[in-house]
Amino acid sequence: MNIQNYYLIVPFAPLLGAIIAGLFGRLLGRTTTHRIVIALVGLSLFSAIRIFQDVMAGHMFNGPVYTWLTTGDTSFQVGFLIDRLTATMMLVVTSVSLMVHIYTIGYMKEDEGYQRFFSYISLFTFSMLMLVMSNNFMQLFFGWEAVGLVSYLLIGFWYTRPTAIYANLKAFLVNRVGDFGFLLGIGLILKVFGTLDYAAVFANVANHANDIAPIPGMSVNLLTAICILLFIGAMGKSAQFPLHVWLPDSMEGPTPISALIHAATMVTAGIFMVARMSPVFELSDAALSFVMVIGAITALFMGFLGIIQNDIKRVIAYSTLSQLGYMTVALGASAYPVAIFHLMTHAFFKALLFLAAGSVIIGMHHDQDIRNMGGLRKYMPVTWITSLIGSLALIGTPFFSGFYSKDSIIEAVGHSHLAGSGFAYFSVVAGVFVTAFYSFRMYFLVFHGKERFGHQKTEDRGQNTEAHHDAHDGDHDNEEVSHDHHHGLAPGQKPHESPWVVTLPLILLAIPSVMIGYVAIEPMLFGGYFKDAIYIAQNHEVMQELQEEFHGSFAMALHAFSSLPLWLAIAGVASAAVFYLKRPDIPAAIQKRFHGIYTLLDNKYYFDRFNDWFYAGGARMLSSFLGNVGDKFLIDGLVVNGSANLVGRFSGVVRRFQSGYIYHYAFTMIVGVFVLLSIRNWF
Amino acid sequence: MIFGLPVISVAIWLPILFGMLVLATGDDKNAPMARLLALVGSVLGFVVTLPLYAGFNTSTSAMQFVELHDWINRFNIHYYLGVDGISMLFILLNSFFTVIVVIAGWRVIEKRVSQYMAAFLVMSGIVNGVFAALDAVLFYVFWEAMLIPMFIIIGVWGGPNRIYATMKFFLYTLLGSLLMLVALIYLYNITGGSFSILDFHRVSIPMTAQMLIFIAFFFAFAVKVPMFPVHTWLPDAHVEAPTGGSVVLAAIMLKVGAYGFLRFSMPITPDASHKMAGIMIALSLIAIVYIGLVALMQSDMKKLVAYSSISHMGFVTLGLFIFNAYGMEGALMQMLSHGFVAGALFLCIGVLYDRMHSRRIADYGGVVNKMPVFAAFFMLFAMANSGLPGTSAFVGEFMVLMGAIKVNFWYAFGAATTLIFGAAYTLWLYKRVIFGKIANPHVEELTDVNAREILILAMLTIFVLGMGLYPLPVGEILHASVNDLLVHVAQSKLPL
Repeated sequence: MNIQNYYLIVPFAPLLGAIIAGLFGRLLGRTTTHRIVIALVGLSLFSAIRIFQDVMAGHMFNGPVYTWLTTGDTSFQVGFLIDRLTATMMLVVTSVSLMVHIYTIGYMKEDEGYQRFFSYISLFTFSMLMLVMSNNFMQLFFGWEAVGLVSYLLIGFWYTRPTAIYANLKAFLVNRVGDFGFLLGIGLILKVFGTLDYAAVFANVANHANDIAPIPGMSVNLLTAICILLFIGAMGKSAQFPLHVWLPDSMEGPTPISALIHAATMVTAGIFMVARMSPVFELSDAALSFVMVIGAITALFMGFLGIIQNDIKRVIAYSTLSQLGYMTVALGASAYPVAIFHLMTHAFFKALLFLAAGSVIIGMHHDQDIRNMGGLRKYMPVTWITSLIGSLALIGTPFFSGFYSKDSIIEAVGHSHLAGSGFAYFSVVAGVFVTAFYSFRMYFLVFHGKERFGHQKTEDRGQNTEAHHDAHDGDHDNEEVSHDHHHGLAPGQKPHESPWVVTLPLILLAIPSVMIGYVAIEPMLFGGYFKDAIYIAQNHEVMQELQEEFHGSFAMALHAFSSLPLWLAIAGVASAAVFYLKRPDIPAAIQKRFHGIYTLLDNKYYFDRFNDWFYAGGARMLSSFLGNVGDKFLIDGLVVNGSANLVGRFSGVVRRFQSGYIYHYAFTMIVGVFVLLSIRNWF
Repeated sequence: MIFGLPVISVAIWLPILFGMLVLATGDDKNAPMARLLALVGSVLGFVVTLPLYAGFNTSTSAMQFVELHDWINRFNIHYYLGVDGISMLFILLNSFFTVIVVIAGWRVIEKRVSQYMAAFLVMSGIVNGVFAALDAVLFYVFWEAMLIPMFIIIGVWGGPNRIYATMKFFLYTLLGSLLMLVALIYLYNITGGSFSILDFHRVSIPMTAQMLIFIAFFFAFAVKVPMFPVHTWLPDAHVEAPTGGSVVLAAIMLKVGAYGFLRFSMPITPDASHKMAGIMIALSLIAIVYIGLVALMQSDMKKLVAYSSISHMGFVTLGLFIFNAYGMEGALMQMLSHGFVAGALFLCIGVLYDRMHSRRIADYGGVVNKMPVFAAFFMLFAMANSGLPGTSAFVGEFMVLMGAIKVNFWYAFGAATTLIFGAAYTLWLYKRVIFGKIANPHVEELTDVNAREILILAMLTIFVLGMGLYPLPVGEILHASVNDLLVHVAQSKLPL
């Protein structure tokens, strides 16, 4: 079969699945629906593998599928760009998506919206693939917004929960703030380059390196302006500070989508986008510094928040924020291949962690509070081992996948000379300790220690509601958190291992979480893997310096034992073990001692409160004011009804003359004649 | 030609004829007959416009399907009709929506059925006349005649405050139109006694006169669009109008205002248009931002969508007065798309209103539990209203933004805020009405959309998605006429 047919199959097979599940899901029943949908996603993965092989054999594709619209002298096309960057992303997206589809059979087994859920995740897969396969900015924006739509639908999947429908609206609006910048960036590109086609823009970009942006009243470098505007979009989608606020709340969605959308794929769209735009970003040091600093802030400060969370999914959510920060820092340091490498390893081990968390949640009968768990390793062996693997990968244990990607990021930042790289280096190194600490805090609380489930219903009630208040302050209509999804284990009940449809994806994801770093680092980072897909300017030689230091995967892992990050990670794990296994009284004491810091972290640096008060509240106030004063009082009250009243009053006066009495008319006539005559005599 | 009759005339008079027939069925004893006749009339009315699309020549900007007959020779007034790429699609849109409103009012309207249906059919013919008229007097007659059926629709089948709303609607629009009549008579004089709009396009006019003509036209058209600050009639009219009235008002009536700018103001007074462009752009941006904000806190669903309409029409006027191909084609795309999307939203609100007899957002909540199919449709149209790519609404907004940024970054900056505000008011509405637990016993009793309602919403879905995913065919119809208009507008009309 012609390879170009595979290009079409990859995105459109999931789309077909989404349409079938959405329109005919009820008719087909659960089993038939999931069979069809999973078969189509499998077909998509198979095609992605074929394309990957083809691309690795040296083939590339850049061409239109159809012309969307023509205007003036510009033609907007829907088309594909298939190079190594795209092929890698396609492989990650389709493989994680397939795992999540299979997992869903078990996780959503009892849910009424089973078919609807399959429809959404397939639609997501389609949208994400359209995003990564695009060869132009217009289609990129289409995919960008489409994944946002599906994310919105999935966060609000349990639409009767007030917290869920608050979270999905918030996610969509915060993303729209990012898209606002993104679209303006695209507009500037179209204005300056006259096209939205990647290849044409990249070919021409060097000629505009020193232009001033056509923004009246500001004198910024054109490419800096474009890059920062585009990056604002990435800040929304990839949840970078200060647009990160939506991601923790997005955990209201079912766990499979937390794995697929809010960890492995959609949130990495921003990272992918910047890597794709490397020919533009490379020409603006200012933009790269901006990217690096934002990433560094996210990497460190979001990690801190993970330490005090008690909801198993929220811990992982903050971990995701922090890891996205790492990727962003790598982008800022011009180490695009490293960012994509970490994107890939993170996709596997973070999807694994989320799905394992989902398995725990099933075992705990939908209790998500890690304070109610403990000792689960006895009851859920597969989940336990795979979680351990995921956590080890996340904290950067040598030989595990996360080690290779994260260590490369730290090294790359160390070599960067851009403004802000010092701060970024500190953040990513300090972040290692934080990551290890919160990861193993969670791990120990869930799988080790005393069994705390099943028999503490009385004291648990208070804790639970408190946890929910922490989690969703600011939104006032969620006082009644729906308890139907948080019932937890009854006294005496024991957790149980999940069915094979749940554990199989865990095992399948655990394999790359361990191995892929060791195998892929050399070809991906130093083998000229990305070829022309990624451009790095001569003066940003970070990748070459990494290469010089690199002497094979094995040597790199051994070398780690003599470097700071590994010891920080070990320190993190050790302190977590002490605090949460040996001496549980210490965290409580610290919490008391540093009450101010704890409160600050507990309130997530007050971002949500501020946003709710300033933006949401401000918009509502302004809206009421404009509606009442502008429209109702000024325009309608004074001008429209005012003129009507004026006419009414005037005619009220004039009307008195129309009395119907003949002598009134006669009198008026005489006065009139008199006036007319006197005027005539006057002149 | 249809059976030897000219297409446009048939498109105008066939619905009017059927309207008369429907009226002749008399009182509500014959309601089923009236409905059936109205359906046949509206469907036929739509079918007869299809040759306009099929036979349309996209390579020319000249008027097509032209009909020219003497009418009032004493003043050189003709029965002069024709369409170009700018007007043709609106005739189709209008005729299509007549079918929609007839079906939408099928069971809902129970009193004076024949009069209701007849009003819409007559209206359909008249609006086709507005879009096709090439003689200024003919245009003016259709333009004013258009008010009468709408006046009746709101005044008879409207809500409790309908008298205030109709009077406001009528006076607002009439006031604007009278100034236009003065301008038309002035143009008749300086062209040496012609009422042909195409002759108006060719005559040169001194600056002061251009400004006065522009202002006269402005009042007529800006009220209809409606532009800030002459927009306040629209929320009232929408709130009081029956569902069908709101649909036609949003989908069709608002478009004639923007069409007027394209057909009269810009080509007849290009110099004044350029001079006034700054003010027009400012008013458009105010409409987008200010009205978008006002929409946020509305407590009445129809009022919210009405304000959303005004905000979206701001994109249209912005697109027109930035004078480039992106802006102008984007504006036309936006006009078409807004017809589908706003029409669909009013129909959705109508579906809820028919069941609950309330438009207050606070009376709803958790509708999805009872009406999942409806919720899916409403979601699609809500997303379209938020300008999601892949829906028709994105095309126009995207192009106008791209056109605006070409002229001035800050125009686009202001207009792009709609990405945030548009999503905020639409999805917040959706959240409060559709999502959540069942809010009260009335919601508990709701039943999902029936086959008739699904049919209407599905038809609109096809257009919303089709035009969003593949707008090229629509764009191709516009190109020649828009390019010609841009050339026209770029030339000075000042006397040498």
